[in-house]
Amino acid sequence: MSSPVTAPAVPVFAPGAEAGRATDAILRDTLHGAHRGVVVDSPPGAGKSTLVVRAALELAGAGRPLMVIAQTNAQVDDLVLRLAEKDPELPVGRLHSSDSDPYDKALDGLANVRKSAKAGDLAGLDVVISTAAKWAHVKGVEPWRHAIVDEAYQMRSDALLAVAGLFERALFVGDPGQLDPFAIVGSEQWAGLSYDPSASAVTTLLAHNPELPQHRLPVSWRLPASAAPLVSDAFYPFTPFRSGTGHGDRRLSFAVASDGSGPDRVIDEAAESGWGLLELPARHTPRTDPEAVRALATVVRRLLERGGLATSERSPDAAPLTADRIAVGTAHRDQAAAVRAALAELGVPEVTVDTANRLQGREYDVTVVLHPLSGRPDATAFHLETGRLCVLASRHRHACIVVCRAGVTDLLDDHPSTEPVQLGVTVKFPDGWEANHAVLAHLSGHRVVWGA
Amino acid sequence: MSLITTLAKLEAVDTGRAQPLATVRHRHLSTHPLVLVLLTTAGEAGAPLGALVGTDRDEPRLLFVPQPRDRDLRFAFLAELADVVLPYIDAYAEDVEAAERNETDPETGKRVKVEVELCADAPQLIVPGRAGIDLVRLLGRSMRFRRTAEQDPEAPHPAPPRVPLLGRWFTHYGERARVPGSSLLVALTDVLSRHWATGQSTLEDQHLGALLAWIDPPEGESGAEAALRAELLRDAQGQLVCPPAGPATDPAFDNKLLAPAIERYDRARTAFAAAEDGIEADDRLGELTAAERHIRELVASRTRPTWDAVWRGLDLLRALPEGPRAAERWTRDRWSFTGHRDRILAGEPPQPRRDDAVTAANKLATREREQARLEAQEALDDSLVMAGRRLAGEAFAGEVTDVVMAYGEGKRPSPRPLVTVRTDDAPHLGERVKVYRSLGGKPQAAEFVGYEGDGAAGVLGEDAPSGPGGTLVVLRVLDKMGRGKEPEPGSVPEKGDRLCFTLFEHEQRGGAKLPDPEDTPWTHGGPPVQADALPRPDAVTEEDIL
Repeated sequence: MSSPVTAPAVPVFAPGAEAGRATDAILRDTLHGAHRGVVVDSPPGAGKSTLVVRAALELAGAGRPLMVIAQTNAQVDDLVLRLAEKDPELPVGRLHSSDSDPYDKALDGLANVRKSAKAGDLAGLDVVISTAAKWAHVKGVEPWRHAIVDEAYQMRSDALLAVAGLFERALFVGDPGQLDPFAIVGSEQWAGLSYDPSASAVTTLLAHNPELPQHRLPVSWRLPASAAPLVSDAFYPFTPFRSGTGHGDRRLSFAVASDGSGPDRVIDEAAESGWGLLELPARHTPRTDPEAVRALATVVRRLLERGGLATSERSPDAAPLTADRIAVGTAHRDQAAAVRAALAELGVPEVTVDTANRLQGREYDVTVVLHPLSGRPDATAFHLETGRLCVLASRHRHACIVVCRAGVTDLLDDHPSTEPVQLGVTVKFPDGWEANHAVLAHLSGHRVVWGA
Repeated sequence: MSLITTLAKLEAVDTGRAQPLATVRHRHLSTHPLVLVLLTTAGEAGAPLGALVGTDRDEPRLLFVPQPRDRDLRFAFLAELADVVLPYIDAYAEDVEAAERNETDPETGKRVKVEVELCADAPQLIVPGRAGIDLVRLLGRSMRFRRTAEQDPEAPHPAPPRVPLLGRWFTHYGERARVPGSSLLVALTDVLSRHWATGQSTLEDQHLGALLAWIDPPEGESGAEAALRAELLRDAQGQLVCPPAGPATDPAFDNKLLAPAIERYDRARTAFAAAEDGIEADDRLGELTAAERHIRELVASRTRPTWDAVWRGLDLLRALPEGPRAAERWTRDRWSFTGHRDRILAGEPPQPRRDDAVTAANKLATREREQARLEAQEALDDSLVMAGRRLAGEAFAGEVTDVVMAYGEGKRPSPRPLVTVRTDDAPHLGERVKVYRSLGGKPQAAEFVGYEGDGAAGVLGEDAPSGPGGTLVVLRVLDKMGRGKEPEPGSVPEKGDRLCFTLFEHEQRGGAKLPDPEDTPWTHGGPPVQADALPRPDAVTEEDIL
C-alpha cells in the first residue's frame, strides 16, 4: 500500500497574515529593541497610518509617553482623530501654532484631546502630536523617551536636525517611493555629505546609523490587484509588495452605457482593467494645455454622469462613485487651477484637483491624471522625478485614467537623464526615466485614442 | 520660466532688442566697485593666466603669469592680486557706524540688544559671469589653507604673506554669492539678465558680449545680429573679435597664440639660465623680457574688451533707479562683511573645508528665507515684476467697490471689515487663503471669503464667475487696524481705492533655532570631531613639488 502522494505545498500568499507578521516585528523592535531607531518603509496604502496609531497606542499602553512628529497640520489632525477613534480615553495633546485657526475644528469635540500652542501645557500627556516645524520651536524640555516620525521620507534632514534633540529613540515611518523633499535654492554644495540638509531625514539617519533595523510593510491595501504589480515593479523593484485584494475583489461598473466617445471608452477600459490611457495627438503645448485640460474635465464629468458603482471588500453592496471619491492629479499648480476652472465650467465643482505634492497620502476610488510629460518639449529632472509619477499612479482603489499627449516615449528617448553624478550620493534606482518607460509600456496596452 | 518672461523673450525675438523685465534695479551697485576679469589656463583647474583688476575703468591693473604651470609664478600672481584686492577691502573695514544687534545673553539666556559696529559700506566685487564666481570660490579654497613662512617656518613652499588672507575673503565672498539677492560678489551677466529678457537661451545669456548686444545693439543693427557677431565673428587670423569673458579662453587663442608664446618664454628662460657669461646673459635677458611682454600683451588683448564690456554693463544698470528694498538687502550684505571682518580680527581660523551639519542646515535655511524675501521684495518694488506675479495667479490688483463693517467673534469684538475688490486678474484663491497688501510699508493681512456672484449680492461662491467686468473678490481684513473697537483711520480700504493684494507673504519669519554644533544629535552623527573643525592643510605630496 502506498501512501497518498501529496503535491508539494504551494505557498499561499495570505496578505493579512503577512502584514500582521511584519507589524509584529516592527512593534517588537520598537518596544523592546536595543536600537535607538527603527525604520519602516511602507508602499502606498500599506497601512502606514494604522501602524503609527497602533505603535502609539502600544507605547502609551506600556506606560511610555511619546511624541509624534508629522509633516503637515492636516496629517497631525488626521492622526489625532484616528487615535481618538481607536481609544477615546487616551489623553492626547495637540501642539499647534499660534496662527489663527491652527487645527481642525473637529478636534474640539474630543474630550481627551488637549490643544495648546505651548508644549508646557501638554506636559505629562500620554501622546503629544505636532508638526516638525512646530516641534522645532520647543526648547528646554526633558527629552521624550520615544518618538514616532511619520512621513519620514518627506521630511528634510535639516528638519530632523532641529527636533532630534527632543527624543531618545524613534520609530521612523514613511514611503520611500514618494516625492523627495526639496529646497527652493541650490544645495549642490552639500551633495555627498552624510548630513546634506536637503536630503531626506531617513537618508541622513541611515548614513550615520547603518545598523538600525529596517522593516517594510509587504501589502498594499489601497492599490487593486491590477495596480500593485505595476507600481511595485516600476517604483519599488527591490522591495516588492503585493495587493491585499485579489482580481475579483473590486469591481467598477456604470449604469449608463458608453456613448462611444473617447472619454467613455477610456472609462470602460479603466473599469475593466484598472488602467486607462487617453491619448491626445502629439503636440508641444503650454503647461496648461487647453485640450488636455478639457479632456480631463470631460472624463471626470462622464465618470459622474454615468452613475458609477464601486464594489469592494469594504462594501459588498455597490457604493456609488461620488465626486468625493474622484481626484484629478497634475504636476503643476497652474494645471490644477486650469482643471478646476474647466470643471466649474462643466458644472462639476466638488472634485479634488491637486498637484502630486498635495495628493501624497490621500486615497480615492478613481483618479484622473495629467501625465507630467504630456505636451512637453523637454524632460526635466522635475518632470522625470520618480516620486511624482509614483504619487499620481498610486492614489486609487479601483482605477487610474491617465491623459497624455502622444510621443512621450520618444521624448524620453531624446532626453536621457543628464543630472551630474555627485560623489558620495547614493544613486536612486529606478531613475525617473526608467520608471516612466515602465509605466508607459504598461499603459500602452490600455490606450484609447481621443477623437478616433 | 514664468509666463511674463516667456512673453518678454518672444517680444525680444520679434523686435530684435532685449525687453525690460524690471523697471527698477533690484541689486545694489556700489559707487566704487572692484571689477575683476580673470583668465585661467586650459587644462589645469585653478591655474590663473592673468587678470585685469581695479576700481578705475580707465586704469585697470594688468596681472599675468608667463608660465601658468610654474607654482612660484602663480604665487607671485596671487600675491600681486592680494596687493590690489586687500587694500580695497581694508578701506571699507575701517569705516564703521554704531548699530544694534539682538544676541542671547549667555548668563540669563534672554535676548538682549548689544551695541556693535557695522561697516558703513562694503566692498563690492564684480565679475563678468557666473564662471567668474566659481573661480573666485576655487581660488579662495586653494589659498585659505596655505601657510606663510611666518606661520610655519618649516613649510617647503611658503605662501606669500597676504595670500591666505585673500583666500579667506574670496571664500567668504564666494559663499555670500550663494545667498539670493546678495550683492557682495556679483556676476554681471546674472544681474543683466535679471533686468532684461533677450531672444536667446539663458545659456547664451551667459556670454557677456552677446547679452550686451541684445540689450544695447549698435545703431542700425538688431540685437540678434549683433549677438551672433559677438559670439562667432573671427578676424583674419581666426581669432574671436569679441573674446569670451573668461575665465576660460578660446581654444583658437590657446593653440595659435598663447601656446607658441609660452613656448617662446620657456625657451628664453632656459637659455637665460644656461648663459655662461654676463654678455650672453644680457642678450638672453632681452629675449626673456620680450617673450614676457608678448604674453602680457596677449593677456591684455583678451581681457580689455571684457573689462570695457563690464563697465558698459554697469552703466546700463546704473541708468535704472535702485529699487527701494535693495538697500535693505545691501545692509544684510554689510552685516555679512562686518561679521567676517570681525572673525578675522578675532584671529579665528579659516573657514573649514566642509560645513558641519548645523552650519549647513543654517545656511540652507538662510538662503531659502532670502529667496522668499527677494521674490516678495522685487514684486513690491516693481510693478512690472508684480504684473508677472499677477499673471501667475499669485497676486491681484483692482478697485475696492464695497466696504461693509463687520466684527470678529470673541469677548472683545474686533473690527473685521469685509472688502469687495473688483479685479481682472485670476488669482488662485481658495478657502480662507490669506492675502496681503502693503499699508504704509507694512503688510496688512486679509482672508479670502468668496466671490460675489454677478447681480446676486450676498451670494458667495467658491468659484470665480467670469464676466466682462472682472470678478468681485470678497476679503475679510484681519489686522493692522489698531486695538480699539473702531479701526484706526486709514487702516481700512475705502471704496474707490486701487489696491494690490498678494498671495505670498511680504516678510519672512525667522525659522526655529537649530542646536549648537556641539549638540548635534545622534541622527546626524553627533558633535563634529575636533579634527574636522580645524582642518590641517593637505600633506605635501611628491606631485606638489614637481
